[in-house]
Amino acid sequence: MSEKVLMKGNEAIAEAAIRAGCRHYFGYPITPQTELAAYMAKRMPKIDGVFLQAESEIAAINMVYGVSSAGLRVMTSSSSPGVSLKQEGISYIAGSDLPALIVNVERGGPGLGGIQPSQSDYYQATKGGGHGDYHLIVLTPASVQEMADLTALAFDLSDKYRVPAMLLADGTIGQMMEPVELPEESCSKVEKPWAVTGTKMQRKHNIVNSLYLVPEELERTNMERFERYAEIEKNEVRYEEFMTEDADVCVVAFGIAARVSKNAVVAARKEGIKAGLIRPITVWPFPKQPVADIAPRVKGFVSVELSMGQMIDDIRLACGCSKPVSLCNRVGGMIPTPDEVLDAIRKMNGGLA
Amino acid sequence: MNIEKAKRVTLFCGHYGSGKTNLAVNYAMFLRRQGRPVALADIDIVNPYFRSKDSELELRAAGVDVISLPFANSNVDLPSLPSEVYGLVEKRDRMAVMDIGGDDRGAYALGRFAPYIVRENDFEMLFVVNFYRPLTRTAEEAFEVMREIDAVCEVPFTGIVNNSNLGELTDEDCVRRTFKEAQKLSRLADKPVRFTSVEERLAGSFPEDGIFPIRLQKKLF
Repeated sequence: MSEKVLMKGNEAIAEAAIRAGCRHYFGYPITPQTELAAYMAKRMPKIDGVFLQAESEIAAINMVYGVSSAGLRVMTSSSSPGVSLKQEGISYIAGSDLPALIVNVERGGPGLGGIQPSQSDYYQATKGGGHGDYHLIVLTPASVQEMADLTALAFDLSDKYRVPAMLLADGTIGQMMEPVELPEESCSKVEKPWAVTGTKMQRKHNIVNSLYLVPEELERTNMERFERYAEIEKNEVRYEEFMTEDADVCVVAFGIAARVSKNAVVAARKEGIKAGLIRPITVWPFPKQPVADIAPRVKGFVSVELSMGQMIDDIRLACGCSKPVSLCNRVGGMIPTPDEVLDAIRKMNGGLA
Repeated sequence: MNIEKAKRVTLFCGHYGSGKTNLAVNYAMFLRRQGRPVALADIDIVNPYFRSKDSELELRAAGVDVISLPFANSNVDLPSLPSEVYGLVEKRDRMAVMDIGGDDRGAYALGRFAPYIVRENDFEMLFVVNFYRPLTRTAEEAFEVMREIDAVCEVPFTGIVNNSNLGELTDEDCVRRTFKEAQKLSRLADKPVRFTSVEERLAGSFPEDGIFPIRLQKKLF
């Protein structure tokens, strides 16, 4: 049979993680990401991997902390309320300079919110949901294929920079089914001389820890970590541009909102409005430069989000508030229609003060 | 498809994501077009996303009764079953199409209605398979899922539906390539392949018997 299979977004993440060499999954069920855990539960025992349904999200993230300390590829997944619970562990993982993959298939919030799709955890994912100065590498898939591809990339980047990575998806992409070409089985081997794997009496103890008793030392580790963040900002920004060359109105949207926006951009072009789309694939690091570059040429930006307007701040910062940025949004599990986005494009094209 | 052979109750079971809901919706519409009174019961307690209730307006407009979970399409992720399903299996006054949740976990929900269905003995219990789904790539893997469902569900399978597709990338060849696997599953399970479902746009490429053309829901993104 052909190489392509028909998968749900959640399953694509799970299979891609396995193919990327992840053999340890810890999680706790929550809609709309449960298929990911269910898939792992079926597959992991057959390949000598570990699937463990922890007693809570907090336990799961600390199991991730432990396995990552031992130098192995490891992941957890949840949806918004569950990811909030994991924040303490994520901060510890970041503070210990460990790689790990955290998947958030977002649902409406705050609180228990709802089970329908959302992008309202953008701030939490990109501005540090836990305490302390840290960043996650945050990737935002817009198709089932990208669920698979970005999972593999997230593991690689996370290992390379020793920074935890987050796949920030939403309920729709988690649940929708599309044909996927799965990545080849590969686990790019990154040396992990820091891993706690037993000294065999041949080397000094490795210590994985986020507690520093001497403030100067804690300051230094923070500074060094931010040098790595600067490297990531320099090297790992990813985005897609669609019809931006001559655009008068630039839509910025990621994930499911970008798919809707693409249709709206095409519709706008049909009625003679020169619209374009910048689709951030990494939202940390945010594609600041492309936004800054296009700013002088456009009338303004339209930020399309499934939130009350969070990414819009990054657009404003990236263009130095040089152009108006309007918000086209739905929340609570609702998704903007292409017509709603088209309307926002028309308004911006008409000159929004 | 020979409508005369349609049983009073048709049940669609299978691996999650195999296409049960779409088939159930299309099959109910098909029966309705033949002039039969028909009700579609959605008793998928597993997946709160993408369900037959999404097609409710279209179904009702066509005259199909829709029985769905009291909280379907709301934010209440509560696996409760609608009481009207008892009416459907007890009264025997119309054709019934039942959309069952995925895998063995979904099939549990059928348990309480099974005695009525088996007693009436006018049912078709169909195993829906898409060989392009990653956990049912082969007849052997599909048979494993079939057995898992069979183990928890007191309604025995009577047939198989080959719903193999690759979404919008599906073409004739893609469907044909699964015929052999479907026959293999048929031999393993000792159940006939009742029909192969293909998207309407491809139906013209399949002159043979046993093809059921289906319509998909409109895509917004």
